[in-house]
Amino acid sequence: MKFAIQVNEGPYTHQASDSAYHFTKAVLAAGHEVFRVFFYHDGVNNATRLTTPPQDDRNIVNRWSKLAQGSELDLVVCVAAAQRRGIVDDGEAKRNGKDATNLAPGFRISGLGQLIEAGIQADRLVVFGD
Amino acid sequence: MTTKKFMFVNRKAPYGTIYALESLEVVLIGAAFEQDVSMAFIDDGVYQLKKGHQTKGIEMKAFEKTYGALEDYDVNKLYVDEQSLAARGLTADDLCVPVEVMSRAAIGQLMAEQDVLLSF
Repeated sequence: MKFAIQVNEGPYTHQASDSAYHFTKAVLAAGHEVFRVFFYHDGVNNATRLTTPPQDDRNIVNRWSKLAQGSELDLVVCVAAAQRRGIVDDGEAKRNGKDATNLAPGFRISGLGQLIEAGIQADRLVVFGD
Repeated sequence: MTTKKFMFVNRKAPYGTIYALESLEVVLIGAAFEQDVSMAFIDDGVYQLKKGHQTKGIEMKAFEKTYGALEDYDVNKLYVDEQSLAARGLTADDLCVPVEVMSRAAIGQLMAEQDVLLSF
């Protein structure tokens, strides 16, 4: 089956991102396809490479990056939500005159059309949030 | 392009969190993709449609007008939970756009008919 995943909450404050990660991993392990993971609302905060949790805690951002590297998973961060919350890649930094970038490896910034497309293409869109 | 039935479920008051505003942004994109879009308003989500948003004091942009513009995007299936309205002392007359007030069970039935449910 083809799944799409939406993550609506940031890391650590809410369990949504953890649950989405474990669900995504389980979907892939069961041999299904994940068409896309889309990060919206505060979910875009899962994509900052500047996250530094204590060493004995899970690193939620790195975990997503690693999953993407291993499986060519498409991790998409909503551009409008990212701009509001300061998640920046090279293109956005140039466009908006910012002096730094913080997008973690394996993520890309794109538009809300990617979420609608995921809803159209996938057999199931599963939303993780509050 | 494939057309699917997308329902956007709005459960939160308009300004306490950003869900309502960012939900509207997805609704408009869904309509631009020519999908069969509907919106449901339940729990505090019914406050999103209440007439007369005044946001000057909280320094936030009021987006009440966007609900009125939805029909320009062919989004005219707005379903409001009767029980949520009543619990907040509201009726359809208090709302800024024409809606269909429905029982919780009827909205549940509509949800079961959707291809994609996005909950905000």
